[in-house]
Amino acid sequence: MTGRARTTPSTRKGRTSPRGGTGAPAAGDLDVDALLDDRTTEIIVCCGSGGVGKTTTAAALALRAAEKGRKVCVLTIDPARRLAQSMGLTELDNTPRPVKGAALDGGSLDAMMLDMKRTFDEVVEQHATPEKAAQILANPFYVALSSSFAGTQEYMAMEKLGQLHGQFATVVQDDAGEPAAPRWDLIVVDTPPSRSALDFLDAPDRLSSLLDGRFIRLLLAPAKGPARLISAGFGIVTSALNKILGAQVLTDMQTFIAAFDTLFGGFRQRAEGTYALLQADGTAFLVVAAPEPAAMREASYFVERLAGEGMPLAGLVVNRVHENGADSIDAVDAESAAHKLAGGSAGDRATSELLTIHADRMRVADREQRLKKRFSAAHPGVATVSVAALAGDVHDLDGLRRIGALLAGETGEEG
Amino acid sequence: MALSTQLHVVTGKGGTGKTTVAAALAMSLAGQGKKVLLCEVEGRQGIAQLFDVPPLPYEERRIAVGLGGGEVYALAIDPEAALLEYLAMYYRLGRAGKALDKFGIIDFATTIAPGVRDVLLTGKVYEAARRREGNRFSYDAVIMDAPPTGRITRFLNVNSEVAGLAKVGPIRRQADSIMQMMRSPETHVHLVTVLEEMPVQETIDGIAELTSERLPVGHVILNLVRPPVLSVATRESLTAGALRTPTVARSLAGVGIDKAAAPALIAGGVAHLERQRLQDGQREILDDCGRPLVTLPLLGDGIDLGALFELAERLTDLGVTT
Repeated sequence: MTGRARTTPSTRKGRTSPRGGTGAPAAGDLDVDALLDDRTTEIIVCCGSGGVGKTTTAAALALRAAEKGRKVCVLTIDPARRLAQSMGLTELDNTPRPVKGAALDGGSLDAMMLDMKRTFDEVVEQHATPEKAAQILANPFYVALSSSFAGTQEYMAMEKLGQLHGQFATVVQDDAGEPAAPRWDLIVVDTPPSRSALDFLDAPDRLSSLLDGRFIRLLLAPAKGPARLISAGFGIVTSALNKILGAQVLTDMQTFIAAFDTLFGGFRQRAEGTYALLQADGTAFLVVAAPEPAAMREASYFVERLAGEGMPLAGLVVNRVHENGADSIDAVDAESAAHKLAGGSAGDRATSELLTIHADRMRVADREQRLKKRFSAAHPGVATVSVAALAGDVHDLDGLRRIGALLAGETGEEG
Repeated sequence: MALSTQLHVVTGKGGTGKTTVAAALAMSLAGQGKKVLLCEVEGRQGIAQLFDVPPLPYEERRIAVGLGGGEVYALAIDPEAALLEYLAMYYRLGRAGKALDKFGIIDFATTIAPGVRDVLLTGKVYEAARRREGNRFSYDAVIMDAPPTGRITRFLNVNSEVAGLAKVGPIRRQADSIMQMMRSPETHVHLVTVLEEMPVQETIDGIAELTSERLPVGHVILNLVRPPVLSVATRESLTAGALRTPTVARSLAGVGIDKAAAPALIAGGVAHLERQRLQDGQREILDDCGRPLVTLPLLGDGIDLGALFELAERLTDLGVTT
């Protein structure tokens, strides 16, 4: 490996683009291989707005790390069907399964897709008595909360991450029943497709404030019955809630909260533990973006947010960057030459069309370059790697390997 | 008579340009003399960016004027403000509203309690779509820049979840009538996609999910479509490998361009052809989706106000808004 974050022009093999900052190694280039090789990296979180290739990036990083000898588990949230199939994720059983076909050299690759309801149910079953668990699982509020309401996915992704990381400490037994190495030493997480990964970051905090919230204590109050809470304010609130929600809703909610009360301590502890885990040195956040104004804006916002939360940011991955061969010919020159050749011989006409395509691609490449420069100017400390756009979608391990190589700055070719 | 005005819900996978399409739809209607409300629900301020105006407050504000007296109003729906407004409007909860706030209930409802956000966001859209001035609706149409395809059915359907929780009472009545509006002929859920494998698959899945919940699917809008540049002759010679470096080099030399660029230009043409082929394949898949398709071109210089007008005109010509 070269250790250089280098991207390849999409149309010509083995040629490095001289355009802007993507060609030469610079202080601002993200060294993905160094990150994967570093044994102290235990968690990599891929985040960014929807449609930028987060899941593919997470899968490609996981495969590359496994083939470098790491024991990897990749947690995906909502993979595209064919990408899921390529990793053998055909069963939705909410446990990591080995990925077949990875070229492993002492490493391993497991993959799983998050089933939020199942994760939630398991937590309840694990931490409540069987009778209480049954009571909770049947409550209409629990059913709605765990299966269909937005926001739950974020909580459960955090929960699952905490669980998986907890298994670092447990050792699996080898065939002779002797303790062997831990099952994983790296988890790669793909964040839920929320408006931004913001919700994902907020999950532990929100859960904590939910559990500490006065509202919850208020709802618990009638069940527990401390008379001092029955103040004038409380009277207004319950009557307002009754008026809005209807008494039955309030009762259901109170039953749910009361039943859930015993679980709250454990929930909060784990959520806070996971939050601390995200801030730890062994965690690396990768912000994933595409070279479009909206996606880059979200990336900026997210970088600032991570800094604000004290989360360790490894860098920015810009996917689907258009690179061009023959980039010494700019768009204007190409267009004017195309115009001149348009009325000529058959060869001239074909060349004219090729120049028109080139001009369009150069315009796009220039615009993307400006966006990336603007981002670097605003966030000079953020290491960046660009991944060239492939013609088609990735749906096999070879495709993921190719993306992994591009992420690591190796030369590749357009698929 | 309709209980609400026309509601256009615009969804699409992230990165397909749904905000742009929603804005173009609003401009198209305004161009036909209509008064429209364009709302966003994800706190991203995408509309303000697009129209190059300061961030939108929780207030309906005019941001563009169309020909023939049409107007575009915009609103960024903020769940917290929507809840307070809702409480004041329907329950006249002045003092109690403040008490709810003091007890952390407003905060709980808008940020912590899952799902409530979506209830409030759809509730505000419902209010705007039913609002009247005299005996006509305040707006001729309401356009929502909605959550992405993967979440849209759950989002629009959130009130039926509420109906499952609240069996009686005012919340139940409200939830029922929001669902009634979402499923009425006045509502059109448009799906924006680009001609790539993943977004197309999501669109097909989205149509199936919406249909099974009886939510009315409108148009499928193919966005950012690359126009074919290559003539049939060039396409054929590129496919056959018959367009050779010397031929292209000779033509380049004739117009003073470095002929060394010839192989890269040919490779660029082949890659273009490949992308075009993938694009055509995806379009064929959508041809069978059972919904009318509308194509919007990729505009090389990105999206600005001028480009919005151009796209709006396309939508008008294609009859999406009539």
